[in-house]
Amino acid sequence: MAVAKFKRNAGIVNHIILMTLALTIILPLSVLFFNSIKPQSEFAANPLGFPSKIRFMNYYDAWVIGGYARIFLNSSILVVGTLIINLTLSGMAAFSLAVLNPRGRITVVLGIYLLVGISIPAQMFIIPLFILWKNLHLTNTYLGLIIIYSALNAPFAVFLIRSYMIQLPSELFDAAKIDGANTFQLFYKIAVPLSWPVFLTTGLVVGLAVWNEFLFALTFIQTEAYKPISTILFAFQSRFENDYSLVSAASIMMAAPIAILFMLFQRKFIAGLTGGGLKG
Amino acid sequence: MKFLFSSKLIAWYFIMPVFAIHLLVVALPSLSSLALSLTDWNGFGKINYIGFENFTELFDDRVFKKAVKHNLIWTAFFLTVPIAVAMLGAYLLTGIKRFQLFYRLVFFFPYILASIVNALVWKYLFHPIHGLGAWMNERGIDFLASSPFTTKGTSLYAVAFVDAWHFWGFLVVIYITGMYQVDNSLYEAADIEGATKWQKFRFITLPMIRPIFIFSLMIIIIWSIPAFDYVYILTQGGPAYSSEVIANHLYSKAFDRFEVGYASAIGVMMFVYVFFVVGFFGLLRKIGWEI
Repeated sequence: MAVAKFKRNAGIVNHIILMTLALTIILPLSVLFFNSIKPQSEFAANPLGFPSKIRFMNYYDAWVIGGYARIFLNSSILVVGTLIINLTLSGMAAFSLAVLNPRGRITVVLGIYLLVGISIPAQMFIIPLFILWKNLHLTNTYLGLIIIYSALNAPFAVFLIRSYMIQLPSELFDAAKIDGANTFQLFYKIAVPLSWPVFLTTGLVVGLAVWNEFLFALTFIQTEAYKPISTILFAFQSRFENDYSLVSAASIMMAAPIAILFMLFQRKFIAGLTGGGLKG
Repeated sequence: MKFLFSSKLIAWYFIMPVFAIHLLVVALPSLSSLALSLTDWNGFGKINYIGFENFTELFDDRVFKKAVKHNLIWTAFFLTVPIAVAMLGAYLLTGIKRFQLFYRLVFFFPYILASIVNALVWKYLFHPIHGLGAWMNERGIDFLASSPFTTKGTSLYAVAFVDAWHFWGFLVVIYITGMYQVDNSLYEAADIEGATKWQKFRFITLPMIRPIFIFSLMIIIIWSIPAFDYVYILTQGGPAYSSEVIANHLYSKAFDRFEVGYASAIGVMMFVYVFFVVGFFGLLRKIGWEI
């Protein structure tokens, strides 16, 4: 009896501490949301609370004054472009490492190369890369940034996709070979369709990284019309220093797609982000 | 012709494209950085070889030394505060059944938000006129009356706090994965012996999750060196270099003052440091530390 009571109390204590921790995240994010639907005039009188008059027009203002339709398009082009190039090339490499040559020397050499590649800080190569991109006329272009993002996320993508493809039964490929399939058909008719869950996980993680990316977007795109959301919001924040409702509405619009995808694919997100980290 | 389609070469064809873009974006520029660090290039003019002058100059660079110190403080902060909070969170989570998923999702959520969004949340909350300070002031509490981002003594810690606020949920998830792998019979045995919660954590949980724990130490040490986003967005290293970090110093040298050679030298130093950290943890694994 005493033991049972002690256990129940311990559970309540756990919940109290966990709830406190959760509130340190929920409350600040709620304030951001409240601000996004608060009239600018109410900020001085009511700094943190729920607005007395809800004003969804802030979103419209940000969309129109900030030109967010175009900015969302910029970020989407970067995400989609990176996903196409990165997933295709990483998928091919992973297929080669997992299926074509499972115990070959290539695997070891490339594995070491990619591991070294992951541990190089971006600051080590960003300056020569900028000069190279300038000479190739790739600065201030979507393609320039898409190539960079595809390369930066490649080690992670190759490792993750390979770890999935290596579990595919080799009998499948042998049978297809007997039926006369060439290597490329083995890749896109068997390996890719069977590995779609890992492509989804990789795509979510890479897409998230591109959507949120700041350093390379800041450096490689200075033309206002091509800037993605992250750097526009950075500029927006100083331009509308005292117009918090618009800045908050813009931030919520940037976070919303991520939040929705996170709710839909929470397991894949968490497994991809932490598992990739654990392996890489 | 037949040789070109041998199975060995076809395996290479599938790897080459990804290899090529990674080489172009990461490997070649990194090697050029090594070469440029020995020059005084400004990005346009003639390239003069000056030996190790950039590196010796680093030792006289007051701001660089400050930045190194701040990165060490940053590392120490991340090795203690987020780890402690995440350990507490993960350990408490293993002790409950209901709402577990809810807590996990909430803790993890800031980790997937963009640095600019998280930074804006706290820039507002720490704003003296609109944020927490104003709210407290209305209630007669003199707290956060000025923004910690613009106060010399607190700017670095305020930025580190925001970054840690967004990061600790990531640690919760990796710790809890390790904690669930611990055999439950160990805890039952400890219960019979009358062990306290703390004793169970200290003598069962912690030793059993050691590989994951050491892994988390390694990534924190590695990730603390190129820390950039939050500093650049929230303070730009100010006021008066009180929150300057190495990555931000490099960035302003390279892209505001065009001291390409000098900035490359800073980049090389960062890589050397990371190389030694990875090497050190590799060594630990070699001598049998199971990490």
